[in-house]
Amino acid sequence: MTELLKSESRTASTGTIDQGNLLAALAGRERPPRPSALSTSLTFGWRAMLKIKHVPEQLFDVTMFPIMFTLIFTYLFGGALGGSPSEYLQFLLPGILVQTVVMITMYTGITLNVDIEKGIFDRVRSLPIWRPSALVGALIGDAIRYTIACAVVVALGLILGFRPDGGAVGVVTGVLLVLLFCFSLSWVWTFLGLLLRSQQSVMGVSMMVLFPLTFASSVFVSPSTMPGWLQAFVNINPITHLVNAARGLMQDEPAGSDVLKVLIACAVLVLVFAPLTMHRYNASK
Amino acid sequence: MPALLSIGTFRRGRSSRYPTKGCDVLLSESAEVLAIDARGLVKVFGNNRAVDGVDLRVPAGMVYGVLGPNGAGKTTTIRLLATLLTLDGGSASVFGHDVTTEADAVRGRVSLTGQFASVDEDLSGTENLVLLARLLGFSRSAAAARAAELLAAFDLTEAAGRQVKTFSGGMRRRIDIAASIVVTPDLIFLDEPTTGLDPRSRNQVWDIIRALVGAGTTVLLTTQYLDEADKLADRIAVIDRGTVIAEGTPSELKASVGAGTLRVRVQDPRRRARAGEVLAGALGGRVEPDPDPSAVLVRLPAEIQADQAASRATAALADLAAAGVPIADFALGQPSLDEVFMALTGHPAEDGSDPEKGPAKKSPAKNSPEKEDAA
Repeated sequence: MTELLKSESRTASTGTIDQGNLLAALAGRERPPRPSALSTSLTFGWRAMLKIKHVPEQLFDVTMFPIMFTLIFTYLFGGALGGSPSEYLQFLLPGILVQTVVMITMYTGITLNVDIEKGIFDRVRSLPIWRPSALVGALIGDAIRYTIACAVVVALGLILGFRPDGGAVGVVTGVLLVLLFCFSLSWVWTFLGLLLRSQQSVMGVSMMVLFPLTFASSVFVSPSTMPGWLQAFVNINPITHLVNAARGLMQDEPAGSDVLKVLIACAVLVLVFAPLTMHRYNASK
Repeated sequence: MPALLSIGTFRRGRSSRYPTKGCDVLLSESAEVLAIDARGLVKVFGNNRAVDGVDLRVPAGMVYGVLGPNGAGKTTTIRLLATLLTLDGGSASVFGHDVTTEADAVRGRVSLTGQFASVDEDLSGTENLVLLARLLGFSRSAAAARAAELLAAFDLTEAAGRQVKTFSGGMRRRIDIAASIVVTPDLIFLDEPTTGLDPRSRNQVWDIIRALVGAGTTVLLTTQYLDEADKLADRIAVIDRGTVIAEGTPSELKASVGAGTLRVRVQDPRRRARAGEVLAGALGGRVEPDPDPSAVLVRLPAEIQADQAASRATAALADLAAAGVPIADFALGQPSLDEVFMALTGHPAEDGSDPEKGPAKKSPAKNSPEKEDAA
């Protein structure tokens, strides 16, 4: 704070704008060639990285949240649900990985909503660049956050005694599938982030969607223990297929049909929500 | 001065009267393409016609002021012209490029500084400028060099590494403008650039605006400060409730409400009434209340042209001396744009957001020809 005040008074002491410098700076009128879509998307990804550097607290949700969830469910319910915590962990870990990362995706919509509220997107949208790059860049940044969350869950699992039969290859493929699904799901939240007025409402709606989706799935228990009507829902829930696929890949069990269903779900999410998002983005408020 | 004639002759709901003769003469003289040519812009949000038939012709190379109270439609107009909103009616082109069909070409010529911080508060000043430079296609090293140059020019070098959220209001506004001119645009929209700034910071922003015009950039400036439009703008459009209600140079607008006021302080307060009689008689104007017990305020009638105001006032002061009323001092005031606004809209600039209030009780429009039009 004192540092802030000091430099404030230094600025005050100069006070005037040097017209010579100003005119020289204004002479830069030639515009470099238009950058590629990839380049602008990566630049927005770089912005997301800078934000992590300046506000490391925002990594709280991708580190503490997964640790908390993994510990709570393993030790609180492990004995009751799976015989013992270490046995249950073998079943739970791929599921808790999916749940934590899927939950984190909602911050994508919230961040976007904040950006719009502050007016940053006004400037970005008035630039002559490939329009989706701001959103794609933000999603690239988020993919890195999701990767951190995955790494935290897997590392914690290994410490607690998770021993996947699929080995490193199985775990990495499982994680990649989860990341792909979350990237696709994020387009739902970017759409909501553009659609809804405040970050509170984005958060509210996201929670309302995510809680039933993640709990009414095969994350915590096998669907065969549930009443028939619930099984019906659980079996069409894409989260169930994602969890089954991740579980299969990590435990080296056949998971082909679940993987396929997840890939279809990803394609549908992107094909529906990416155009909706872009439409909303182009014509927003 | 043909443009003078057209001032105040058009009003809300009669856009057919809008392209003014004076304006057309002015344009035909400069064969250049208009920086902004907007005709009948309409933007509707639900039941609210935020912009309802705005016409603007902005010649290149000037500061063009868009003046109006909160909620008049200034920001919406700018956002339409900067391709951030789609038109619900009318058409607009920027340097000859249509904002709807050639949006990218428009985006390549313009830059926007919004009312709210349009830089990322979490990033440092340098990072914000490098980010924009990279988005505009600068190489990594060129982006860094350009950022440093701009920060120096805007007196922000010392704060370059700090997060923008720690900046003062004036610094924040300067980094906002710097971010808009990473590539110096041909047209810059400045949406209320001095709102909420202290006088020193406001002066800095004014210096920057003058330098921008000096460098050949056309500036479209919105403001609700009448003196700001008066000081900076070459031409002004007054907007109220989504429509342009007057357009012209600041002095034309002021001339449209009469030549202003003569304020005289007499040495002996007891002679105030007598002084009022003499001055009102000599000028053909009326005396208005003044809180100072020794001051007389006479509003010059609209018949007196602005360039005759001084000689008529001198004659009136001579009459006062002949009547044996000694004076302490006097001042000839040009009408303020506040008065212009009152005359044009029937309500002061401040309560523009509340149209139900109706005309204010003390209306200087009484003597002006716009009265019938505005009512």
